[in-house]
Amino acid sequence: MSDAYDRAMTHHGDGTGPRFDPHDHPHHHPDERQLPALEPDAVIDPEHARTHASIWLSGVTAGYDERPAVETIDLAVEPGTLLAIVGPNGAGKSTLLRLMAGLLPAWHGRVEVLGAPAGTHAHRIAYVPQAELVDWAFPVTVRDVVMMGRYPALGPLRRPSRVDRGAVATALEQVRMAGHANVQIGRLSGGQRRRVFLARALAADPDVYLLDEPVTGVDTTTQEDLMDLLEAEARRGKTVVATTHDLACAAQRFQKVAAVNRRIVAHGPASLVLDPTVLAATYGGHLLVLGGQAMLLDDAHHHDQPAGSEPHYHEESRR
Amino acid sequence: MDALLEPLRYEFFLRALVAAALVGTVCAVVGTFVVLRGIAFIGDAVAHAAFPGVVAAVILGIPFHLGAAVAALGTAMAIGYVTRRARIRADTAIGVLFAGTFALGIFLFSTIRGYVSDPWSFLFGYLLSTDATDLLALVLLGGLVLATVGILWKELLYATFDPLGAGASGLPVGRLEYLFLALVALTIVISIQAVGIILVVAMLVTPAATAQLVTVRFGSLMSLAVGIGIVTSVSGLYLSFWLNVASGATIVLVQTGLFLLVLVLSPRTGLLGRRRTATNLEVG
Repeated sequence: MSDAYDRAMTHHGDGTGPRFDPHDHPHHHPDERQLPALEPDAVIDPEHARTHASIWLSGVTAGYDERPAVETIDLAVEPGTLLAIVGPNGAGKSTLLRLMAGLLPAWHGRVEVLGAPAGTHAHRIAYVPQAELVDWAFPVTVRDVVMMGRYPALGPLRRPSRVDRGAVATALEQVRMAGHANVQIGRLSGGQRRRVFLARALAADPDVYLLDEPVTGVDTTTQEDLMDLLEAEARRGKTVVATTHDLACAAQRFQKVAAVNRRIVAHGPASLVLDPTVLAATYGGHLLVLGGQAMLLDDAHHHDQPAGSEPHYHEESRR
Repeated sequence: MDALLEPLRYEFFLRALVAAALVGTVCAVVGTFVVLRGIAFIGDAVAHAAFPGVVAAVILGIPFHLGAAVAALGTAMAIGYVTRRARIRADTAIGVLFAGTFALGIFLFSTIRGYVSDPWSFLFGYLLSTDATDLLALVLLGGLVLATVGILWKELLYATFDPLGAGASGLPVGRLEYLFLALVALTIVISIQAVGIILVVAMLVTPAATAQLVTVRFGSLMSLAVGIGIVTSVSGLYLSFWLNVASGATIVLVQTGLFLLVLVLSPRTGLLGRRRTATNLEVG
C-alpha cells in the first residue's frame, strides 16, 4: 500500500478532520499542516485517494426526514478491500451502505462509487439488505431469488438464458445451497437465508458488494463459509463492504474496519481500529475495557490484537 | 347442459361472458402483485376515486371509461407521491383522499337534474349492459395492462420482493411503483362495468389471496389466480343470470365463498391442515 494512500486514509478516517478543527487531530502527518484547512476537497492528496478508490465519500451528511443519521463522513475504500463497518445500533451503519448503494441521496458532500456518483454504475453493485427487511413469506424459491441477481443486467425484454441459469447454479454451489434450489425461502434457517442472499450477489458478478449484517445471527460454519467467499471476491479485486455487530468477526476476517457512530470514529487496518480507546469512543457506555481487551456488553468480543505495525492511524474524534 | 348453453343464444350474454373472463384475467394478474405488495387499501381508494370521473363523463357526455381513467390515474399518482414523499402517514392521507373523492362523485351526481338513471350501475356494476364499445375498451385497456406486466414481470417481481436490492442494482424502483399504480388504476377502470366501484377491490384481491393459500411459487400463484378469476367471474355471471340477481355481487360472493372454502381445506394454510403443517415443521 502506498504511503500517499495511507496518509489519505489517515485523514479520511477521521470524521471531524483538520478542516473542521485542526487541533483535534493529534496524530496528523507533517504534510497536513501545509494544506488549506477549510477547503473540503483539499485534503492530503485527495485526488490520489479518489482515483484509486472504488468507493469515495467526502463530507457526506445524510439521513431520513429531517434527522441526520450520519454527518460529515469522509471515507475511501480501495478495490480488493474487505471493509467492516462497526458501531452501535443507530450509529448509521446501514445508512452508509445505502448511500454507497445510491439508495439514499446525500444532503451534503459527495458519494462516488466506481468513479461516478453513487447509483451510476448500479449494475456493477450488489446490495444485500438486512434479513429482517425481507418478506420471507414471499412466494419465491431459492433459485428465484438468486436469479433476481441476473435481472438488472438482462433488462426488461430478455428472458433468463442458459448462461444465467448456469450462473445461478454456480452461485448456489458456492454457497452450498444447490440442494435447496426449489425450496420456498421461508422454510430456510437463518444461516441458509444469508447464504441465498450472498448467492444472489455472487450471481450478479458485481465489482462492489454492499452487505447489511451478512453474518448476524448465523452459525459459525455459515459465518466461516460466507467470509471465505467474500475474502475470495476481495482477492479478485472486488470491493466488499459489510456492516456487522460482531467485533470478533471484524477483527479476524476483515482487513479494514471503519468504526462509526454518526461520524467515522476511526478507519484503517482492523488490528489498529479495534483498539479499546477507539471502541470506547465508538460504543460509549456499551463497551467494557478489561486489561487492554475491549468487550462489548452484547458478548461480541475483540481479541488477538497484534502489535500495531503501521506508523499512521487515525485517532477517535471527540464527540 | 341446456342451462349452460341457453343464455349463450343472447348476444348481450355472450358479450358479458367475454367481459367477465377478461376482467377476471386482468384483475388476477394485477391483483397478484397487489396482494404481494399489501396495497389492497390503495386499490380500494383508487376505485372510489374513479367515481367523480365517471359522473363527470356522464355530465360531459363522453365515454365513462375516459372519465374514470383520468380520475383513477390521477388519484393513483397522488397516492404514489403521498406514500413516497409526504410527511403525513400514508394510510391517513389515503383515507382522506378516498372519502373526499367519493364524496365529490356523489356531489356531482346530485347536481344532475332530470337524469333518469341512478349511480347504481357504476357503483355495483352491470355486466349484462356491456355493449360493443365497452368490450372494445376492455380489450384495448386490458391488453395494455397484460402486455405491460408481460414485459416487466421480472422487474416488478424483484422490486416488489426486495426494493432495496433491486434499486441498488439499477432497477428504477420508484418509476416501477408509479407504473404499477397506473396499472392498478387501468384495471379498476375496466372492472367498473363488471363489478362496480364498491366491489372492485374483491376482484383484485380475492383470486390472488385464494391462490396464495395453495401455492408458494410465484408462477403458479399467478396462473392459479387467473384460473380462479376466470372461473369465478364466469360462474358468477351464470348464477346471477339464472337467479336474476346482481351480477357483480354474485361474482364477488362466489370468489369469497371459494376463498373461505380453500382457507378451511388448504393443506398448507388451511385450518384443517394446520396441525399437519406444524408436525411437518417439527420433523423437518
